[in-house]
Formats: sequence, structure tokens, C-alpha cells
Amino acid sequence: MGNSLFSLPQQCAGEEKRVGTRTVVVGHRPVSEADAYVAQKFCDNRIVSSKYTVWNFLPKNLFEQFRRIANFYFLIIFLVQVIVDTPTSPVTSGLPLFFVITVTAIKQGYEDWLRHRADNEVNKSNVFVIENAKQVQKESEKIKVGDIVEVKADETFPCDLIFLASSSTDGTCYVTTASLDGESNFKVMEMDGQHVTKAGACAECVCVMINWRMLLQHPSPRPQLYLTSPPSVCSSSESAAKSDAVDVLRGGTSEEEYSFGVVSGQKQISMLNRQLLVSVRCIVCKTTVCTTLKYVWQSNPFNDEPWYNEKTKKERETFKVLRMFTDFLSFMVLFNFIIPVSMYVTVEMQKFLGSFFISWDKEMYDEEIKEGALVNTSDLNEELGQVEFVFTDKTGTLTENSMEFIECCIDGHKYKDCISEVDGFSQTDGPLKYYGKAEKSREELFLRALCLCHTVRIKQADQVDGLIGHPECKNTYISSSPDEIALVKGAEKYGFTFLGLENDFMKIRNQKNETEMYQLLHTLNFDPVRRRMSVIVRTTTGTLLLFCKGADSSIFPRVQQEEIQQTKVHVDRNAMDGYRTLCVAFKELTQKEYDRIDRQLNEAKMALQDREEKMAKVFEDTEADMHLIGATAVEDRLQEQSAETIEALHAAGMKVWVLTGDKMETAKSTCYACRLFQTSTELLELTARVVGESERKEDRLHELLMDYHKRLIQDVPKPRGSLKRSWTLSQEYGLIIDGSTLSLILNPSQDSSSSHYKSIFLQICLKCTAVLCCRMAPLQKAQIVRMVKNTKGSPITLSIGDGANDVSMILEAHVGIGIKGKEGRQAARNSDYAVPKFKHLRKLLLAHGHLYYVRIAHLVQYFFYKNLCFILPQFLYQFFCGFSQQPLYDAAYLTMYNICFTSLPILAYSLLEQHINIDTLTSDPQLYILSFVGAGRNPWGWFEPVCLPCDRDRGAVELQKGCLYPQCFLLELSNVLCIAYSVYAL
Amino acid sequence: MAVNYSAKEEADGHPAGGGPGGGAAAGGGGAVKTRKPDNTAFKQQRLPAWQPILTAGTVLPAFFIIGLIFIPIGIGIFVTSNNIREYEIDYTGIEPSSPCNKCLNVSWDSTPPCTCTINFTLEHSFESNVFMYYGLSNFYQNHRRYVKSRDDSQLNGDNSSLLNPSKECEPYRTNEDKPIAPCGAIANSMFNDTLELYHVENDTRTAIPLIKKGIAWWTDKNVKFRNPTGDGNNLTALFQGTTKPVNWPKPVYMLDSEPDNNGFINEDFIVWMRTAALPTFRKLYRLIERKSNLQPTLQAGKYSLDITYNYPVHSFDGRKRMILSTISWMGGKNPFLGIAYITVGSICFFLGVVLLIIHHKYGNRNTSADIPN
Repeated sequence: MGNSLFSLPQQCAGEEKRVGTRTVVVGHRPVSEADAYVAQKFCDNRIVSSKYTVWNFLPKNLFEQFRRIANFYFLIIFLVQVIVDTPTSPVTSGLPLFFVITVTAIKQGYEDWLRHRADNEVNKSNVFVIENAKQVQKESEKIKVGDIVEVKADETFPCDLIFLASSSTDGTCYVTTASLDGESNFKVMEMDGQHVTKAGACAECVCVMINWRMLLQHPSPRPQLYLTSPPSVCSSSESAAKSDAVDVLRGGTSEEEYSFGVVSGQKQISMLNRQLLVSVRCIVCKTTVCTTLKYVWQSNPFNDEPWYNEKTKKERETFKVLRMFTDFLSFMVLFNFIIPVSMYVTVEMQKFLGSFFISWDKEMYDEEIKEGALVNTSDLNEELGQVEFVFTDKTGTLTENSMEFIECCIDGHKYKDCISEVDGFSQTDGPLKYYGKAEKSREELFLRALCLCHTVRIKQADQVDGLIGHPECKNTYISSSPDEIALVKGAEKYGFTFLGLENDFMKIRNQKNETEMYQLLHTLNFDPVRRRMSVIVRTTTGTLLLFCKGADSSIFPRVQQEEIQQTKVHVDRNAMDGYRTLCVAFKELTQKEYDRIDRQLNEAKMALQDREEKMAKVFEDTEADMHLIGATAVEDRLQEQSAETIEALHAAGMKVWVLTGDKMETAKSTCYACRLFQTSTELLELTARVVGESERKEDRLHELLMDYHKRLIQDVPKPRGSLKRSWTLSQEYGLIIDGSTLSLILNPSQDSSSSHYKSIFLQICLKCTAVLCCRMAPLQKAQIVRMVKNTKGSPITLSIGDGANDVSMILEAHVGIGIKGKEGRQAARNSDYAVPKFKHLRKLLLAHGHLYYVRIAHLVQYFFYKNLCFILPQFLYQFFCGFSQQPLYDAAYLTMYNICFTSLPILAYSLLEQHINIDTLTSDPQLYILSFVGAGRNPWGWFEPVCLPCDRDRGAVELQKGCLYPQCFLLELSNVLCIAYSVYAL
Repeated sequence: MAVNYSAKEEADGHPAGGGPGGGAAAGGGGAVKTRKPDNTAFKQQRLPAWQPILTAGTVLPAFFIIGLIFIPIGIGIFVTSNNIREYEIDYTGIEPSSPCNKCLNVSWDSTPPCTCTINFTLEHSFESNVFMYYGLSNFYQNHRRYVKSRDDSQLNGDNSSLLNPSKECEPYRTNEDKPIAPCGAIANSMFNDTLELYHVENDTRTAIPLIKKGIAWWTDKNVKFRNPTGDGNNLTALFQGTTKPVNWPKPVYMLDSEPDNNGFINEDFIVWMRTAALPTFRKLYRLIERKSNLQPTLQAGKYSLDITYNYPVHSFDGRKRMILSTISWMGGKNPFLGIAYITVGSICFFLGVVLLIIHHKYGNRNTSADIPN
């Protein structure tokens, strides 16, 4: 493999614009003697996820903390107290602030220390690097670009790599990309420059790779995980001449993953800040009134300076403007107690203690994993009660990520396993329940087809490993698609066992326990456009057979029309039940036919230009005039109660979007199964299939967008007078979009006409009841969430997912929820809340979220109310003490009032109050909307307080709208009073 | 409390991708619970609760009970307040007819002091102990600049503060390079009118004995205010090195002849130093004790008040008053509380009656307690 030199020339293969070409010298040796080796400058391989170092901790942390509006406000007040001669001592506000800041700094410092430790663990892990034909052990962080790295089975890739060689005889290697796209199945990597990313894990072989990291540093971050037409590695070295099979960039680069921590900024504590603003307005108003009146009052000399109360020399000498300014600040300090620091402390305490109720909830405890809900952040309890958009992952969240063979139909006869699915697998010949019976030969043909038509490999189960497989069988199936495994297992259940592939011979054990051998001649791989795959095999008797399986829509046109009808009934019914259906067809080939196909295929494979089109054409020709044998139904098993939960969320007025890395067909059937799409839902598609692959795809996309936009927005009469969130549309629309189309919309080319696609797309999305986004890369998921988050009215978004590929959207959304699934704990760790199952979302949002929202609203409003009541006399007192900023209360009383005297009752209330019974809340999702239907959108927008849901009743919507805002009323009253009094006093 | 102050920011900072070790730092928010949550009423939020529902059956009795309780209390308080005898004369002398008009423009250092006499008649006799107050109006003793213009440690007898008073006392801190004792605007502006009360019977004036001790708070007299300590009890020596407040005619150690009422612990001085909360205030001046059970403290009849008019209030449009008052268990005369009680009680009772009528007339339509939709 020696010294090859890879480079990525600009516009290679006509794709993706690159900023520059990069040349990586493998093994750090010059290619030829003529080239002097120049050490290249690339980034090192160190992971830094920590925020601080010892040196920058103090300034950076303080800066971070004072970026919070509340902290900054209190700091300003403190500084005013220090600088200006104010009525209260700086200690009263400085001490609590100092305390809060210190505690937070200690906590953040500790967490950062933990992160440093975790980073070191990764950075110092040992990696084997081949240097000068010797194996050298290195620390992960010291890998340089161009190193040849050896990765053993089940090790994680320490960096982005290009696949050079593997220990397996055929030069392939299986790689999982679970942490990138959530799919736990294995992907085959072939030799010659296939690129794998850091996050993947090597499955079975020792492979030697060069460090490829940073090769993609310059091109703008590439969120697409799947490139339909990937650029090739063009190489200058002769060893890489046959670039035909090279398939680079199958995975996204992992740098993007690491940037999320920076990308998604702070989540807002919006309600508090809103309240803070209201309070600040109140304070400024009072302060202005007082300052003005002070100078009006002082215009009378014996009021300004009577003989018994002379000014000091300094006071007399200061300028009037400066004096007015300091007076203003003094009043501000005096009234600043309306927003005490202790309110923040109490609110934090309420949130912190309140979150325990979530983790204590035994209904959210899962017996299987023996864990309950986990609260990582208590800051967001109340936002759980205002969610408008739910973004959910599919695999592992809605579904259990395990496929099961449910039934099949052969020549229109239905075969269904009547034994429960769980132990059905362990019995090799479970009794079949027949609904009529097909001919024996057809049955066998069908089952053979299932056994042969796939790309499943067998992994010798010598390690105990959590791979898909059943415990009694020694062998484990590995495949890039879980469907195929389910089908092979299904065939096994009916007596045909796939034993593996040996020297191009597929071995099958049939019902009579005999081993049959088939020579595998060609595999016509699956691709999303064709939506089918085929194999050509030669039986021991020399018959040539082509088996084809694929989606009904792609198989039906290619078989004899008279065969379709009986199978179609079953296929349609299965599709309605949310099963994934595949049709199986076959045809016999004559030797002559085969020779032609063989020649064509080989020609197409070797073609250097338009390879894909040529391949597609051959496939098209080959897979024709087949005979339909039957259909299969595979269930992507849903998690317990996912459908019910989604229905409840819909009823609660939330819009549920499914963002998945899966194929569209899979995702669509799941959406039907979990009732995200109803049968009446009209589906709008924006996928590679409808948009097409050609150069004209932008035009096509433009047409589609305009069409949908017209249908959804322009033609629909606007519903009047009804609640915004109620579904008044008679026709429900669902949107399906895939990753490549989305990137077209979000990152259009310079063409200015397409720049407004985004807003049109967004409008379409918001009109749809359900949106399904498939083939999403992690960063795209986050992009979608961000797009919705930043729309007008900034709706509260919630993301839920289980795998590392969901982390980006979990972090991006306001509320991130992780499922404590099987696929590691990445999501749960990065989430705000972690629950064991998707169904727990229902109680979390409808009961806990609702209650916390109401509770915190009451708490904040009560605090405001109580402090206004507390400070109002102080304000009025200014009229009686010559506006001299004399505090009415003692300093100790001012400080303790909120901390000791009045905090506990409201804290207890805000922890325990249930204005509606929890059971009622969970069973009646519509109550969820009521809790915040008026909030933020009320006609009193200026005050923006949270509406008090003072009702116990369903019919309380009217009550809600007319809800009085006591604090606003008080505020107004106090202002009116002071104006009235000042008029009277003068 | 602030433990989770910004845990969200923390979560954001976690490594998002990476291998198994990539994010070993779990969020500090909560430890992993492996135990099944307890099935207790508290933890499962099933604590017994009370949600009061307002119905006629509960609201009407509440109104009537409040009314029936508040009205008698109000009447009691009002009567008590009315039984308190109070007599007040304004002796500022604004009106030209007033005997004190001549002293209106008096200044601090006028010698000899201006005196005037005001005659008045008490219609009712004062039965119990009588408190004699002086009252000032439009005098902002609560002005912030004024309130803080004192040195508490000097008043507490601290020797170093005596000679070096706090900066807060400015501009009444030093006079002619000598520290002022007691310093500050409050002390400087101490009320210094002298009031003497005579009972006039058949043209003979009998002086009514006025007690000048026992008018200050016990804690003030014994804890907060102390004379400086030193050798001997000679106050003149102890206050050596200080000077009198600018407006005072005499230094602080010559306020009274009795040693336990002189210097900083002079009770008139202590009373003055406790600043009033509002610009119109009264301060206790003297006590008149009841001598025997047979005679009222002050009989109805003619009296005359001799005033040594030293204190100028005209410059800031102030007023000076002399008040004679008895007290009851609830303090001085204050009809407000009684009126407030009676008003609230009456409103409740009235509302009760109105609601009862409404309920009686229309309440039968809907017997259920639910709020009609």
C-alpha cells in the first residue's frame, strides 16, 4: 500500500465546491525522490470539549455568568450602590450576588473538570500506528494527518480515516455508524480509499488506515451524510488508478458533531426574563416619577435646604445634572427590591426541588432497564408545559429498532405465524396457520427466494456481543438492512436456513435438513431509486435463476399483470397496518440471456463515465418480465404506546415531526403505524424520488414548492376567530422530505431566485399536521429544529431521541429529551431530561410540564406581586420624606423579607400545587393547550405576563382570555396614585 | 438553590459525538437512579389536597360572620379612641392676633429669649395620667440627609468618636476646628422651646408639676445613649475638647442640673434624637401624673401656657403645637382603626344580605355547586 498520495482536486467529479486541494502524504514520505518532503500543517487530533482552562476559568466564567441578564442587572445595581451614595448599603445586594456567582462558578468548574478528565481519557487512549513498517503505539491525540493507523475489531476509530486494507480476504470491512445515523447495522466498506469517520466502530477485521482527519477541513461543513453521487478520490499515484469503485465520504465528518456544543447557545429562561423586563419598566417608571417630583419639590428653597438640614459643601458644589443622575440611581437602588436576587434563588430552588418529582415518578420507571426518568437540567421544567413542536427520532424512539417477520403471502395465500413472536424464532419449524394453501413447490420457491435474495453475511459468533441475533443460533447475521435479517430469519422459521456464503456459493438448509448450494453470480444491489434488489444464482442442476425483491410499486410493473391482483390485496392491507411490505419475484434465465447480462453488467461496472446511469439501465433491463411469487410483511416494531402518545400530543396541540436517518419507505410505514399520518392525510413529497437527480432538480424543486405553497396557503381560506392551534383544516396534510432535498432548500446555490425557498418551505411545513424528514444527517436535524425555533413567535421546541445522531437536535431544541435506549447513553447524557420510553413523554409533558408551567407562573407572579406590595409603601413614603430616598424599612428587613420571611409558603405552594388532578391532565390532552393559549399572545402584550390558569374547568377558555393581571393592575394603580398625589401635593 | 443555576449551558458544552469515552462527564444535575421510586403519597404527588369551591353555602355565612365579628370590634375600638381626651393648641403665632406673633421671627441667638403666654380652657377634665407633647409640622425629620447626620458611637459614649465624629455629621461635624458633641444635624436642631402649664383659678396661677423623666425609651436611655467615660463624673471635664452644636445656647453637659439627666442621657435630647417618620409629628415633652384618686389630673377650667419661644419654624413654613392627651390600652387618640373595622364589617354584612337575597331569588335554578358553563 506504501506511499500513495491522495489529493482532492477542485471540483472533483463535478460535485461540491471546494476551497482548495489538499494533499496528504501517506506515511510522511515523499512520493518520489524529486519531491522534497514538506511537513504539512494540519490540526492535531485532540478532542477538546471542555470550556475552560485553569488560566481562563475566572475571567471566562465570570463573563459567561454576567452575560445572563439577571446577573448583569444585579451587578449594575451593586456597582451603583458602591459608587453612588445610596440609601442601602452595597452589602444588601452584593452579598447574595456574590454567593450565587460563587456557587455557580464552583459547580461549573467542577463540571468542566469532569469534562477535562473525559477528554483526556479519549486523547490519551492508545492507538497503533504503522511507522516505517513497524507498529508503534501512540496516544490518540498525537496522531498526525497522514499516519497509517491500525484499528482492531470492535475498536472505535480514533480519527477520520480512509480505508486502505483489511485483514479479511475480500478486503472488506464492516463498520457501524450508530453514533452518526443511529443505524446499528453494519455497512460494508470496500478497499481503496473508502472513508470512515471517527465515530464509527470497526466490526470484525483489522484494518490499516491512514489518518484522514482534517482532509475536509476546508470545505464548508458538510451536513449530508449520504451523498447520492459522491466525489471520487482522484489520485496521482498509479496504485489508485482504478478509481471506479471508490466511494468516499460515506459518512459525515465528525468535526461537525463536536461543534454543536458551541453552535447551540444558551437556552433562555424566557419567562423570568420577561418578568424581569416588566419589573425593570416598573422600577424605571417609579424612579423617573420620584426624581422629577424631587426637583419640583426642591424648587422651593426652604424645602431644598431648611436651616436645620443644611447641605454639605460637596453637595452644594456638584452640578445639578450630575446630582439628578445620582438621585435617579439612588431611587433605582431603593426600588430595585422589586426584583430581589432571592427571587432567582427561590425560582432555582423550586426548579431544582421540583425536578425531583419527575425522577420520583414511578409511572416513568421502566422495569426493563430498571431506571426511571432522569433530570439533567431543571431549568426547563416549565418549558415542558409550553411545547408546540415535537421533533422525534424514529429508530429506537418510536420504534424498538428490531424488525420482525410477521406474515407472508404466496400466490395470494396468507401465511401467518400463530405462535407469539418472541419465542417463534427459537423454533425452527413452528406450526403455520394456513389460510388456504399454495402449492408446495411455490412455497419452497418463495422461501428459497427469501434465503437467497439478500446481502446478509454470517458472523461467527465467537464473541459474546450485543449484535442482532438469537441466542440459540451460533451464527449472527450481519446486514446493512435489518429488513433482510428479518426476512432471512423468517425463512428460517419456515424451515429454510441460510448457512452462509462460501466461495461464491450460498448454502441453504431446507426443510428436509438437506444442504442446497447455489452459486451466486451477481448481486444487483439495492438503491433508493430502483427500490429493489436482485440476485442471480445458479443452482446445482445448472438452472439460472434471478430473484428480485423490492417495494410493491417497483415490482408490480415488472411482473405478469394477471399475478398481481391476489397479492396486491395483501400488500395493501399490510401497508395499512404499518408493516413494511416487500414483494418477491423471480425469473428463470437461459444461459444466453445470462451471458448477455453478465457482459453488460461488467461493462457498466468498469465504465468510467456515467457509470451509475449505465448500471441503472442494465438493472432495468435485467429485472423485467418476472413472475410474482408472493409478498412479505415485516414489522418495525413500535415502542409501547407510541401511537397513543403521538395521538395525545396531537390532541394537545403539538405538531409532531419525525426526523430520521432512515430510508423514506421505512420511515413512512412507521409514521402510518404510529398514526402520525392517517389514511386520510394527503402526503406531499419533497424527496430525491420526485425531485429527481438531474441538473434540473432545482427547477423541479421550485415547481413543487410553489405548487404545495399554493395548495396549502393561498387556496385555503384563512380560518377566522378560531384558536390558532386548533385544526380547522378539513384536509390534513403531511409532508415528507429527505436530506438531499432539504440541503437544496437550506443551502441553495448562489442563484438568487432560490434563496426564498426556505421561507416557503417553512410555511408549507407549518401548515402540515405532520412532517416526516428522512435521510437526515445529525446536523440537518439540528438545522430543521433551528429553523422552526427561529420562526415568528419563537415556539418552544422539543426534541426527543435515543442515539448519538440525535444529540445535535436535542441540544438545538429548547427542551431536549433523551431516551435511555440500547444505543448507548449519548442522547440521555446530552439531554435535559431522559426518560426510558417514548410513551413517558405523555406524562412528562401533559402532567409534569403543565403543572410546572402553572406553578412557576404562579411563583414568579406572586413574587412580583409580593415585592410590589412591599416596595409600594416605600415609593409612597418618598412623598412624605421630601423625596430624599429615605428607605422605609430597615436594611435587615429589606434583605430578609424575601429570603426568610416570605419565601417558604410560596415555595411549598409552587412545589405541590395541582390545580387539576394529574390523572385528568394525562387523560385529557386538550387541557395542555389551555395552560398557555393566552400566554405571550395576549392583547396585553406589553406586559407579557403569564396568564394565570385560574380555572378548573374545560369551559374556561373565555375566563383565560379575560384573566386579570394583578401585578399590572397594581403597577398602573401605583402610577396613577403617584400622579394624583403629586398633583395634590403641588 | 443555585446548584442548577445554569445547568443548561453545561449540557450544551458536552461533547456531542465521539466514542464511548467522549462524554463521560455526565451532567451534574442528577445522579443515576437505579432504584425504583418509592410509592409514597409525597413522591407520587398524591398528598391530600383541599380545593375550596365557593358556593352560596360557604360564602354567605362567611360574609355574615365577618360582618358580625368586625362591627363590634370596630365599635369597641372607636369608643375607646373617643374616650381619650386630647387638647391641642397651635402656638406658632402666624395670626397677628396670637400672643406669640411677636416671636414669629425669632432667631437662635436672640437674647433675651422671647416669651409669650397663651390662655386656653379645657371643656372636659382629664381623668388619668396626662401626656404633654410638642408637635411640629412641615419639619422633615425623616429627610435622608438629616436622618443619617448623627454619630451613634459618639452618643454611646465612645471617647474616640467624641473627639473625632463620623463623617456623616457633616456639615455639623466640627466648629472652629473643634469637634461638635453631639454632632450632626439632628442634634443641632434640637427643639428648645420651654413650655410651662398653669391652672388659672380666680386669677391665681397654679403651676402644674411637669415630670421630665421617664419620657424616653428605656433602651435609648440605658443602652444607646451614654455619656463618655473617664475619670470622675464631672461632665464638663469629660466633654473637654469638644464644642457645643452651633445652634445650641448651652453645651450638652449643661442641659440639666441632675447628673442622671444630663449630657447625652438627657431625656429631652434622647426623645429628639429618635427621628420622626413623617413631617408632621409630635414628641413627648412632659408627663403630668395623677395625684389622687379623688381629683382628675387636669380639671376642666382655665389654663395658661407659658412659652419661651426659641425655635424658629416660620422660615420653612412650619407649625408648632402643644398637645395634652390621655392614653388608653390602644395608645393615643386614633379613630381610624375603629372606622376601618366598622366599614369592612358593614360592607361584608351588606354584601351578605344582597347575596342572600340573590341566592334566595335565583339560587334554586341550579342546585349543583358547579360553576355554570
